[in-house]
Amino acid sequence: MRSESAVRRRSNGALTGWMFVIVAVVLICAFYFYPMIQALLLSFKTGTGAHIHFNGVDNYKRLFTDKVFITALKNTCIFLVIQVPIMILLSIFISVLLNDSKLKFKGFFRTAIFLPSVTSLVAYSVVFKYMFGTDGLVNLALTKMHLISAPIQWITDPFWAKITIIIAITWRWTGYNMIFYLSGLQNIDSSIYEAARIDGASAFRQFRSITIPLLKPIILFTSITSTIGTLQLFDEVMNITKGGPGNATMSISQYIYNLSFKYTPDFGYAATVSYTIVILIVLLSIIQFKVAGDRK
Amino acid sequence: MTKFKRFWMYVFLILAAAVSIFPFLWILVSSTNLSKDVSNGRLLPGAQLIQNFQHLTEQINLGQALWNSGRIAVITTVLALLVASLAGYGFEIYRSRAKDIVFNILLLSMMIPFASLMVPLYRMFAQFSGTLPFIGVDTVASVILPTFTTAFLIFFFRQSTKMFPRELLEAGRIDGLSELGLFFRVYLPTMKTTYAAGAIITFMSSWNNYLWPLVVLQSPEKRTIPLLISNLGSSYSPDYGMIMVAIVISTLPTALVFFLMQKHFVAGMTGSVK
Repeated sequence: MRSESAVRRRSNGALTGWMFVIVAVVLICAFYFYPMIQALLLSFKTGTGAHIHFNGVDNYKRLFTDKVFITALKNTCIFLVIQVPIMILLSIFISVLLNDSKLKFKGFFRTAIFLPSVTSLVAYSVVFKYMFGTDGLVNLALTKMHLISAPIQWITDPFWAKITIIIAITWRWTGYNMIFYLSGLQNIDSSIYEAARIDGASAFRQFRSITIPLLKPIILFTSITSTIGTLQLFDEVMNITKGGPGNATMSISQYIYNLSFKYTPDFGYAATVSYTIVILIVLLSIIQFKVAGDRK
Repeated sequence: MTKFKRFWMYVFLILAAAVSIFPFLWILVSSTNLSKDVSNGRLLPGAQLIQNFQHLTEQINLGQALWNSGRIAVITTVLALLVASLAGYGFEIYRSRAKDIVFNILLLSMMIPFASLMVPLYRMFAQFSGTLPFIGVDTVASVILPTFTTAFLIFFFRQSTKMFPRELLEAGRIDGLSELGLFFRVYLPTMKTTYAAGAIITFMSSWNNYLWPLVVLQSPEKRTIPLLISNLGSSYSPDYGMIMVAIVISTLPTALVFFLMQKHFVAGMTGSVK
C-alpha cells in the first residue's frame, strides 16, 4: 500500500513537471525544429508558388557555381575573422580597465559604453549610414583635422563599405560583450592577483596567466554568440549599404532574403543557402569548443 | 599602477565613452535642426524639433506604427514570460533525467539562425492564411507566434530558479496549494526581479525586431517602427531632421525601460552566463 502510493505520488510529480514544460517544448518544436526539417526537404526542391518539385541535389551543386553566393560567403567570413576577434579583445580590455578598484566614474563609463546595445539595429544602421556618407560627419571631421584630403567613399567603395560595416557592428556590440566579462572578472578572487604581484608578475603577465584562463568559459560563450550573430548579419547591411556596392557587403542572410522575397522567389534554393549557415555555425562552434578545451 | 599608466587608462576610457555616446547626442541635436544643417555638420541644437515632428506625422501614420509595435511587444513579452518561466520552473523543480535531455535539445534551437527558418515559417503562415482565421501572413499573430518562445529565456529562468528557496514550496503544499497554485502564488511573486529582467530583454528584442516583421507584414498600415525607419532611411533625398525625430521616438521606449531598470537588466544579462 505504502510503496504503491509513493510510486503514484512520484509519477504524479513527474507528470506535473511535464505539464509545466509542455507548452514551451511544443512551441519550440513547432517554430524551430519543424521548420528546420521543412527547410531540409525544401532544399532538395525548386520552383515557385504551387509549382514546387523535387530536383535532387541540383540546388547544392548550384551553390558552388553561384558567384553571388560565394561572394556573400566570403564577405561573411571576412566580417567574422576580422570583427569578432577585434571586438572580443576590445571588450576584455575595457572590462579589465573598468574592473580596477581605484577607477573613478566607473558607473558612468560602464553605462556609456553599454549604451549602444539598447539601440535598435535598424535605427543605428540608418544613423551610421548618414555619418559615413560621402559628405557625412565622419568625412567632415577627418577633413577638418587634415587627416584626409579627399573624402573617403565609406559606403560606395567595396573596401571601405566592408570597413564601415565592421566599425558599425563593433560599435553596437562591444559594450554588450563587456558586461559578460565584467561579471566574470568580479567572480575572480583578488587575492590571486595579490599573490602574483608579490611574486613579481607584471601587469601583462597577470593578464595572460590569470585573467585570460579564468575568463575562458566567458570568452567561449561570447565568441560563439558573436559568431552566430555575425553569420546572421542582416539589418546592418540592409540599411547601411543594401549589400552594395556591387555585392561587396552582401551577407548570407541578405542573399537568402533576396532569393525568397526580392528576386523571383526560389524557396528551394533559398533553403539550400540557409543550410550553409547552419553548417557553418555547427562547425565553428565545434572548433571553438575544441580550442577552448585543448588549452585546459 | 604608475601615474603615467593611469593617465592613459582614463584617456582610453573617455575616448571609448565618447565614441559610444556621440551618435546619441548627434541624433538628439539633429532632430532639432533643418535637414541642410544636419548635412552641413551642425552640432548645436536648433529650433526645428516641432516642425520636423510635423513633417514626420504628415509622411507616416506615427500613432498607428507605435500602436502596432507596442501591441506586438507587449503581447510577446507577456506570453514569453509566462511560457518560459513555467518551463524554467518545471525543468528545475521537477528535475529528471528525461527532462534534462529534453532541455538540452531545446538549447540546440539557440544555434539555429533565423535566416534558415524564415522561408519555411513564411510558407507555414501562408498555408494558415486560407484555412485558419487570425494567424495567416500579415497578421499580428504571425509576427508573435514564432518569436515569443526562446530557449534563451527558458535557460535564463531555469538558472534563476536554482537560487529559489524550495522550503517555500513545502510550506505552500502544507497550506494546501495545488502545484500550479504554488507556481502562481509562491514562485511568481518571489521572482519579481527575474521577471523584470526577462521582460526588458524580451520587450527590447521584440520592439527592435526587423527581419521577420519585414517578411511577414505586408500591408503598410500594419508596419512596425523599425520597418518605417528603414523605409524613411532609404529615400533618395532624405529629410535628415525628420528621420532623426523618428529615430529618437523609436528609441525612447527601450532607452526609458533600460534606464529605469538598468540594475535588473545588467544582473539579468550576467546571470545568464554564471
